[in-house]
Amino acid sequence: MSLPTVNLLTIRDLNVRFATERGELHALRDVGLDIGKERIVGIVGESGCGKSTLINAILGLLANNGRIDGGRILFNGRDLTRLDPKSMQALRGIEIATVFQDPMGALNPVISVGRQMRNIQYRSSLRNKEKDARSVAMLQRVRIPDAKQALHRFPHEFSGGMKQRIAIAMALMMEPALLIADEPTTALDATLEVATIDLLKDLQAGIGCSVLFISHHLGVIAELCDEVVVMYAGEVVERGSTSQVFNHPNHPYTARLLECDPARQAKRTRLLPTIPGEIPDLRHRPPGCIFASRCADHRSACQAPPPEIEVDNGHFARCIHARHHDENSRSRRP
Amino acid sequence: MPGIMTKILEVEDLEVAFRIGPAFGIGQRKELLGVAGVGFDLDPGKTFALVGESGSGKTTLARAVNGLQAISAGRIVFDGQRIDDLDARRMKPLRLRMSMMFQDPVGSLSPRMKVGDLVTEAYRIHGIDVDFRAETERLLSLVGLSMDVTDRFPHQLSGGQARRVGVARAIALNPELIIADEPTAGLDVSIQGEVLNLLNDLRERLGLAMIIITHNLHVVRHVADRMAVMYLGRFVEIGPTDEIFSAPAHPYTAALLSANPEPDPDRAKDRIALPAEVPSLLHRPEGCEFHTRCPWARQDCGDEIPEAVIVGQRRVACRFPLERGERPPADSPTDPPTK
Ligand SMILES: Nc1ncnc2c1ncn2[C@@H]1O[C@H](COP(=O)(O)OP(=O)(O)OP(=O)(O)O)[C@@H](O)[C@H]1O
Ligand SMILES: Nc1ncnc2c1ncn2[C@@H]1O[C@H](COP(=O)(O)OP(=O)(O)OP(=O)(O)O)[C@@H](O)[C@H]1O
Ligand code: SF4
Ligand SMILES: [Mg+2]
Ligand SMILES: [Mg+2]
Repeated sequence: MSLPTVNLLTIRDLNVRFATERGELHALRDVGLDIGKERIVGIVGESGCGKSTLINAILGLLANNGRIDGGRILFNGRDLTRLDPKSMQALRGIEIATVFQDPMGALNPVISVGRQMRNIQYRSSLRNKEKDARSVAMLQRVRIPDAKQALHRFPHEFSGGMKQRIAIAMALMMEPALLIADEPTTALDATLEVATIDLLKDLQAGIGCSVLFISHHLGVIAELCDEVVVMYAGEVVERGSTSQVFNHPNHPYTARLLECDPARQAKRTRLLPTIPGEIPDLRHRPPGCIFASRCADHRSACQAPPPEIEVDNGHFARCIHARHHDENSRSRRP
Repeated sequence: MPGIMTKILEVEDLEVAFRIGPAFGIGQRKELLGVAGVGFDLDPGKTFALVGESGSGKTTLARAVNGLQAISAGRIVFDGQRIDDLDARRMKPLRLRMSMMFQDPVGSLSPRMKVGDLVTEAYRIHGIDVDFRAETERLLSLVGLSMDVTDRFPHQLSGGQARRVGVARAIALNPELIIADEPTAGLDVSIQGEVLNLLNDLRERLGLAMIIITHNLHVVRHVADRMAVMYLGRFVEIGPTDEIFSAPAHPYTAALLSANPEPDPDRAKDRIALPAEVPSLLHRPEGCEFHTRCPWARQDCGDEIPEAVIVGQRRVACRFPLERGERPPADSPTDPPTK
């Protein structure tokens, strides 16, 4: 972050808009973040806050009605927003591997799993038999039973979590410089989720790649990620190391989000905590703080865009109340 | 028959067989049991959770109850009426009374229909006349979506928004039973809370019964009255949620609960690790099917299929149910615990 680390990916002032029948939707506003070499960075935030859009913007895969409206995406020094489609495609195959949010969408329903895994190794000079052996080994690492037999099966013959694991196996086989994973563990039971986290950490260390990991599961983020980026309604509201953000949340949205986690409700309750209010209409963004309409701490000063304040080394929050950790603990807001 | 205390759902010895392998040409087709004999019942107004290993048969069981998956043995009784042998035409009126939320949120919505029509599709299918606009607005607001999305196609929604459209569709007709397959996967914790509170409200007001499948054990702990833990298509433990969480008796349950990731980066983890090798459904282990991975397995666990034993109000498929908090023996055959 502010330390002189080498960044694999740097995003600055990124804006994305979607054209819809009801006007233009400003899905990402002035998004900025860094992913250091060999770092695992998590993104958390509201459903619909633009996490998948951010990924698609990085990969050059925005929907037809979407466009990048300013900003830079620097990958190893190259600005991806200016890359021609052909180089972009090459980059996606070799340097950036992605596990998409919808595993069914990533797998071709009419081609056997083994054939698909062979196809993604098209650049390798190995013979088919050896490619299949690699596929089997990778399927075993993600704990698919009967891995050999699985090569002959079709995606619909696997459970939701098995499809997710097959998608993870395929992405890992590419040994990318950057692995992007969009909620890759939603269909995994706790045991497998933990095993998958360990596997990702292992391979990350082995390959030396960086990881961008999106999840709503705060426990998984806490366990896997070195750093966290918190997004709300298309903006980055807080970012820092995992322990900085989890232990000293400085943006009210982050604090509310952490409080809503059912994992933190020790006593059993049928009525779970929520954040009252609604996200603003992304076609008409409020000029000031994006969280103001739901924020219990808002003041008249919040009507102007709040600055991104560095509250600790590498820990930033976009809120007028953001304070350095020491100050903060002395004058904790109610 | 329909009396005061009728169960809304009874499932007995249910089995679902799949044939896999090449359908044509050389090679052999093999059969596996995705669900291998399970039974449970459900009272109106109660919530029953299904948890378990990925691939253990939860979705298959849910689809079978909903009539979307043919069964190979057993019985399914809905409100006193046997439904597993009904054809689509005779199943249709029952679809007014039970609905399903699908695990794959985008894939379960027709790609060429707009959200506005998707949300009220059930009314059209059943020829129910309502003010469609008002109903769309009501349902979308219940799941925290604005009318903005009505003109969009499913792929123009975020994952969590598509999930919520599925929730709106499932509650549209005020069903008596909802089968919810991962209803909150892909939702942030605040919206997850909203969806679960909404379902709880329907339960309190209308007596909605629910089967909820989720990998989020924290959710299960809060919302489920009873739960079953699945492994290789069978229930290894079934009973009241609070009993199971406070003292899991089956070793698989204990391992599963111990793995639950907690949102605290500094917390030390005390996990019961399981060997990676998940058995094949084509070659099920002999004896206790968990013995190949069980940290507590004894010499003869592979010889004999365990009878279900009663522990408290639970049924547990293990010959040596665990005491509260019992740790695996030091010489257990498993990996060393992580961290
Ligand atoms: N093709 C599109 N056309 C119009 N709006 C879109 C399109 N794709 C996404 N959006 C909107 O842009 C916003 C951001 O969507 P995105 O999919 O990036 O959210 P997300 O953070 O990934 O959410 P989730 O956690 O639910 O997957 C949402 O409001 C969504 O409805
Ligand atoms: N159409 C099918 N043909 C063959 N096998 C199938 C089919 N559908 C499911 N299976 C197999 O049946 C088993 C149970 O699958 P199911 O989808 O019910 O699991 P699940 O418990 O829902 O898992 P997850 O938590 O990963 O969604 C799996 O081994 C799967 O491979
Ligand atoms: S800037 Fe104001 S409205 Fe925004 S989060 Fe901070 S206190 Fe709340
Ligand atoms: Mg998304
Ligand atoms: Mg499933």
